[in-house]
Amino acid sequence: MTDIILNTTPLPHLLTLLILLPLAGVAMMAFVKEETAVKHVAFWTAALEFILSLPLYLWFDPATHRMQFGEVVQWISIPPVRYAVGIDGISLWLVLLTTLLMPICVVCSWTAITSRVREFMITLLVMETTLVGVFCSLNFVLFYVFWEAMLIPMYLLIGVWGGPHRIYAAIKFFLYTLAGSLLLLVSIIVLYFQGGHTFDILVLSRAHYGETLQAWLFWAFFIAFAVKVPMFPFHTWLPDAHVEAPTAGSVILASILLKMGAYGFLRFSLPMLPDAVGRFKPVILALSVIAILYGAYMALAQSDFKKLIAYSSVSHMGFVTLGIFVLNTQGVEGALLQMLNHGITTGGLFLCVGLIYERTHSRILADNGGLSKPMPRYATCLVILALSSLGLPGTNSFIGEFLVLVGSFLYSKAIAVVAALGVILAAVYLLWMVQRVAFGATTEKTARVTDLNWCEMSTLAPLIVLVFWIGVFPNPFLKPMHASIAHVFTTMARGEQAHSTLDLPRPPQTPSHPPAPTPPRRSLFPAHPPAPSLPRQALGPLDASLPVGALNTVPSVLP
Amino acid sequence: MTVVSRADLLAILPELLVMTGGCLLLVLDPLTPPHRKEWLTYLSLATLGAAFVADYWFIGAFTGAPRPAFSGLYVLDAYGTFWKLLLIGISALTVLLAKAHLKLEEIDLPEFYALILLSLSGMMVMVSGADLLVIYLGLELMSLCLYVMAGFKRYELRPLEAAAKYFILGSFSSGILLYGISLLFGRTGSTTLAGIREGIAGLPAGDPILMVAMSLLVVGFGFKVAAVPFHMWTPDVYEGSPTSVTAYMAVASKAASFAAFVRVFLGALGGLKEDWQLLLVAISVATMILGNVVAIVQTNIKRMLAYSSIAHAGYALIGLAVADAFGTASVMLYLAIYAFMNLGAFTVVTMLRRGGLEGDEIDDYTGLAKRNKWAALVMLLFMISLAGIPPTGGFIAKFYIFMAAVGADMTSLAVLAVIFAAVSAYFYLRVVMVMYMRDPGEAVGTPGYGVRVVASPATIAVLLVASAAVLILGIFPDPLVKAAQSAILPLK
Repeated sequence: MTDIILNTTPLPHLLTLLILLPLAGVAMMAFVKEETAVKHVAFWTAALEFILSLPLYLWFDPATHRMQFGEVVQWISIPPVRYAVGIDGISLWLVLLTTLLMPICVVCSWTAITSRVREFMITLLVMETTLVGVFCSLNFVLFYVFWEAMLIPMYLLIGVWGGPHRIYAAIKFFLYTLAGSLLLLVSIIVLYFQGGHTFDILVLSRAHYGETLQAWLFWAFFIAFAVKVPMFPFHTWLPDAHVEAPTAGSVILASILLKMGAYGFLRFSLPMLPDAVGRFKPVILALSVIAILYGAYMALAQSDFKKLIAYSSVSHMGFVTLGIFVLNTQGVEGALLQMLNHGITTGGLFLCVGLIYERTHSRILADNGGLSKPMPRYATCLVILALSSLGLPGTNSFIGEFLVLVGSFLYSKAIAVVAALGVILAAVYLLWMVQRVAFGATTEKTARVTDLNWCEMSTLAPLIVLVFWIGVFPNPFLKPMHASIAHVFTTMARGEQAHSTLDLPRPPQTPSHPPAPTPPRRSLFPAHPPAPSLPRQALGPLDASLPVGALNTVPSVLP
Repeated sequence: MTVVSRADLLAILPELLVMTGGCLLLVLDPLTPPHRKEWLTYLSLATLGAAFVADYWFIGAFTGAPRPAFSGLYVLDAYGTFWKLLLIGISALTVLLAKAHLKLEEIDLPEFYALILLSLSGMMVMVSGADLLVIYLGLELMSLCLYVMAGFKRYELRPLEAAAKYFILGSFSSGILLYGISLLFGRTGSTTLAGIREGIAGLPAGDPILMVAMSLLVVGFGFKVAAVPFHMWTPDVYEGSPTSVTAYMAVASKAASFAAFVRVFLGALGGLKEDWQLLLVAISVATMILGNVVAIVQTNIKRMLAYSSIAHAGYALIGLAVADAFGTASVMLYLAIYAFMNLGAFTVVTMLRRGGLEGDEIDDYTGLAKRNKWAALVMLLFMISLAGIPPTGGFIAKFYIFMAAVGADMTSLAVLAVIFAAVSAYFYLRVVMVMYMRDPGEAVGTPGYGVRVVASPATIAVLLVASAAVLILGIFPDPLVKAAQSAILPLK
């Protein structure tokens, strides 16, 4: 197992501990009676989980693409399924995002949830187990178990504690995602038989699959992941689920669940099915651009605060899939950072919606006007998060969206131009939203509301800190990604190397336009380590027009 | 003239124990004073325990080569032992369930336990028979007891209708099965599985009489496992019978029939594999589609579970249709896991009472989570397991069936199966939805009004065993997987 560095840190079984700790919290709830005590158990479990997850970053070795903190145990003998967990630069941030948001979700439900508190907290913690499990799994069956098991707590979260149309929304969410993921199950089994009788994700990523098979698998994966992201034609469950879900549910849904789809593309589709990705990426790119614009347009038309944020999620996740499928380092790193950003910013915005809903019991924008007067602290937070969401320089989303746009520019100028329209539209709907909610005259509902207390501030504060931290000093966040993402491209290029060693007759590569003169090597971020230089040939079909070296630099055409 | 040897008797020791226990119950019943009748229940449990021990430790059939007994009419092998252990376990849980349920329904008669033991002995004969006539005898013994049990509430109309329907259609299908057996005998000159296999090998491919015989066997077994289009009896019989009987039929009788189905088709008719494979694939697809789609519109939970059990037969049939070692193991695994989750679901059904009746409408589950959170929680577990969602046993069961299908190059069958698994999630989750997301009715006539949950130590024990099994098999399935893999039929 050269791909997995076993966990030798002072904390043995760290990842397993992180996966099981929330369940221990659930077990502990059986022994406490009062609701307040239940809330405390939930909070301290989630907080301890977050503290325990910090060593993942502190001890993370950014120099290697190999899976770290690994643990491998035999699970099922026939067919061989192993309990294998580990994280790399791709999953690191998603695990940390999960553990960071869970205590926040517990706190934001402190007063908002009044019925069946114990069950609610159990649901949250079970969900945390499955989410951490999804991002840590290195075995496809294990991954699937977590991926599917997540549906039940989310279904209950929306359906039991949601709004008036919660049942419809919960069933819609469940059936959409289940239908998508069951095809994934068949694909996993097909991969087992075609990829050397193993469910090991890293081994499956090295195997070669025929072109037809790749195409089938690609679309099966696509349906499973695109429903989760959600990409354009599969997004219709999202506004319903978001509007009906309780605040904590919306935050988890937007910040973490949606990332599972993008993570799936990055972890499975790209390394395992490079030929199909190369072949079908125009479709995905087109859908991403449609999602960016369509989501933004829909957001413009909303009068419901929560629905507006929900549609803005569709638009922002369009940037993520766009970045992934332009298949260059800037795009993918931008997409990954944007996943993190979206989790922070949109999670924060949903918290803001929840805070105001608790006070005015209305999510209609027109009912909530002029909040800057009665709630200056709230208005400040809202404005910061909205500006972050629209990608203002100095905030986190600027870095992410900028990298994605750079990546798409390198791939195709047209796509970059169209996608950039999405940023403009985002500015329109978000600023308009801020104007309607924070400024203007107060309405009768908002005239007598109280400002945020310290407890509510404490849920938003860590997110706002991160907004500026990533926005001003993104390197600590980008650094762990480099090796892992470079490795994704190395894995993708393996088919080409195999071709070239076979010395097959290949049509001469004619770039669509002559490569631009090598731009001055100006690195975007000073501490950027040089990515392993890939052989020209390996890059050929992925990015024919891209000169070597452009992978980790920004051409001079950009400011 | 063959003499029955000691080895022969030893080979059927568990069967003998169960049969003796059943007869003993019938003899002791009139001799027991009414307030001591409980002892008879314990006697039946003790019998089952003894049979389990005998099967597992004493005979040691799990290891070693198959041992034929009674001049090759019977066989003691790991395959049969796996099923027998499962069936004994199911019967023990059913006895416990019935103890609580029959009292509620005021039909607590000791004959019931005798019938369970006798029908169990029929099943045990069925899964170990190496001769079609022996298998047929076991099947008839099982069925006759079930006909009586279905009509056990003999003062009510619906159970009687169910029993009569079951009896008439069951006898008809038995006749068809027997006709198939006689045709096979006519063509191959033998009724033993090995003899038929040899006989078929000597005949030209596509022999018309063999084809007819094979189809008749499919009809006969298809009826017993409730596969489409021989499923018509299932919803009515399941709805009309007392729920503990329904549970027993849905779980034990189906498992035993599948065991014999697999043994006959892989053992005796293996030479006709190309012919029956396609037939079984078609039946399996039809079964999955009809079972899952029709279950959606049911309002009665017993009817819904009846259609769900039809659909599950469709999944298990995939394992048989792929006709290889892995497929066999996946059928065994499927039915073993299915047994626990279905028995658990039916147990919850028996616990709900509306007035003096059983609350068997789905509406009666409205707001159950607020009335009794434990009942709702285990029902949630059984429902998500039936839907095949991890981390429950139901997922492992489906996973192995899909593995078998894809491994045998039947990927499109697996795709169809998963599509209908997604459909099935809708009606299983509807139960979860009414339990958790609606409030119980407060006024007369509203859904969930006046429903109470009656739990007794016996039902709690059944629920504990079933839910623990569903969870443990979902998270640590390896022991059962290994057992099934080591107990597959020796394929020739």
